[in-house]
Amino acid sequence: MSSVSRPLSAEIASRLITRARWSPLEIAFWIAAFATIYLFPEHHLILTEIVIWGLFALSIDLILGYAGIISLGQAAFFGFGAYVAGLLAKHGIMTEPVLALIASGLAAAVLGFLTSFLVLRGSDLTRLMVTLGVALVLRELANRFPQITGGADGLQGVTIDPVLGQFRFDLYGYTAYVYSLIVLFVLFVIARRIVRSPFGLSLVAIKGNPLRSAAVGIAVNWRLVAIYTIAAAYAGIAGALLTQTTAFASLEGFAFDRSADGLLVLIIGGTGYLYGGLIGALIFRFAHDYLASITPQYWQFWIGLILVIIVLVGRERIGSWLDPVRTLADRIGAWRASRRPRALGATPEGGGQP
Amino acid sequence: MLTILFDGIAYGMLLFVLACGLAVTLGLMNFVNLAHGSFAMAGGYVALVVVNDMGWPFSLGLVAAFVSAAALGALLERTLYVHVYNKSHLDQVLFTIGLVFMSVAAVDYVMGSQQQFIRIPAALQGQFDVFGIGMSKYRLLIIAICGVITIALQLALLSTRFGSQLRASVDDQRVARGLGVNVGVVFAVTFALGSGLAGLGGALGAEILGLDPIFPLKYMIYFLIVVTVGGSSSITAPFFASILLGIGDVAGKYYVPKLGAFVIYTIMIIVLIIRPQGLFAHGRAR
Repeated sequence: MSSVSRPLSAEIASRLITRARWSPLEIAFWIAAFATIYLFPEHHLILTEIVIWGLFALSIDLILGYAGIISLGQAAFFGFGAYVAGLLAKHGIMTEPVLALIASGLAAAVLGFLTSFLVLRGSDLTRLMVTLGVALVLRELANRFPQITGGADGLQGVTIDPVLGQFRFDLYGYTAYVYSLIVLFVLFVIARRIVRSPFGLSLVAIKGNPLRSAAVGIAVNWRLVAIYTIAAAYAGIAGALLTQTTAFASLEGFAFDRSADGLLVLIIGGTGYLYGGLIGALIFRFAHDYLASITPQYWQFWIGLILVIIVLVGRERIGSWLDPVRTLADRIGAWRASRRPRALGATPEGGGQP
Repeated sequence: MLTILFDGIAYGMLLFVLACGLAVTLGLMNFVNLAHGSFAMAGGYVALVVVNDMGWPFSLGLVAAFVSAAALGALLERTLYVHVYNKSHLDQVLFTIGLVFMSVAAVDYVMGSQQQFIRIPAALQGQFDVFGIGMSKYRLLIIAICGVITIALQLALLSTRFGSQLRASVDDQRVARGLGVNVGVVFAVTFALGSGLAGLGGALGAEILGLDPIFPLKYMIYFLIVVTVGGSSSITAPFFASILLGIGDVAGKYYVPKLGAFVIYTIMIIVLIIRPQGLFAHGRAR
């Protein structure tokens, strides 16, 4: 038995490694992303916003695209992270932005961990309600304690120190953009590592069928708690980034609209492959700008219309406009893998023996 | 104290009329309709226009609110909703959020964003004093109307042919269809009726809840609480849930104004943790 299982596990490991390899398209994507620093110097403010939306959508993708949890309250963590970062900077508790960012992420993670147990119970509907309820409770709390949060006026008088003590936030948003982009990249690499790991695969299994996953020995609840906590940290960091780059935090961070727009961003780009949120954020922001330039006050109508059309046409079909690109990436990956000499010298088609 | 109770009951009754349509679509048909408040808002604005601008009597305004919201509900159900019944919950959520956004922006465009009030006839203003309890006439009217509607709904659901058809369609669509029930029509009529009642509630409640374009977003959570906290076993469960919610909210706002709506949300979360199926559910395996 063990003589069969060892090459098999080695084979599985090698496949996981192949799957996790960066494809040329991904590398091109990130080169393009970093090239925007020099290519569009006058658009850094809007690009920063896109990065923050992308990070927020990424956090939703982690729980929705991989674990299948529908949340209408991801803004709870976004707003929480935003206020934590704002308060840390305002009261001079932790003035260095990178440390404060990590602290905000951890704070949001703690909140996510505590509320994750609420999300484990019940059906989709209960989850919707509970996530929505948590966001509303936090918003209400922030609203009712103006001496701490500034209430409806938002948290004012926040000054952000230079990043790492070196790079001061400038008026043109150059530092802010480079800083946000690096944060996004680092977090993306971590998320990518997480979802390509056996842990990530187990999440996909849970999404497919919780009962069967439990039957093959996956600790369903703990896996969900873990990913929900991680996603909360991501959303918290996104919120903290917004505070640090704008030197302001407001109740808007908790708003239902933010959760809903985050879902929309993710849906536009497609769920379950991490890039969806980033691409969606890019499209969403430009669509938003375009619509707002036609009908300044009523752009929400068109956002609503887009949502309705997406659902009526079918999410799969909308998301699949990127499929040719993804297939191409897979082909290139497969071709590279086939050229590589087999490191293990195992049977090519893995575990053929009975 | 008793005045709070009275106001709370009136408020709860109103919430029930607003939310009972949702109790059927969401609780029984298992369709997540976040846009339910949009129908209520539609009814409210129709009443506003016909009463304030066209000079119709208030009672006719209520009828107009019901009819127009029901017509809108039927139209949307047949053209749009029907395609989404069998999709995943995520799709339903996205679809109905989209509808909410559209309705909010559209009403903002047509009616303006400020809060508006329907002119109430003089006969309904003022209050009675019964044993030292101040009872506003208007709230008394709300309790009366909503009480009649509740009883009528309960009777209709339990002892009419249509009621049995609805319950059959909800329990098992395929078998109901096999027995010759036209499930599509049953759902459409139910949906229209629910939307109509929401519209009526919106018109009645314009005085208490206020009427502005963000109405659907502001009260969405309340409707959802009524349905989820009540559970989906019958029409009585959401009824008691809305009365409780109404009294809780009014009392909470009166005694601990500092906390505001916080009380309600916390209660909801606790109830959902302890009893995910709802307070009054009989442990049905659904």
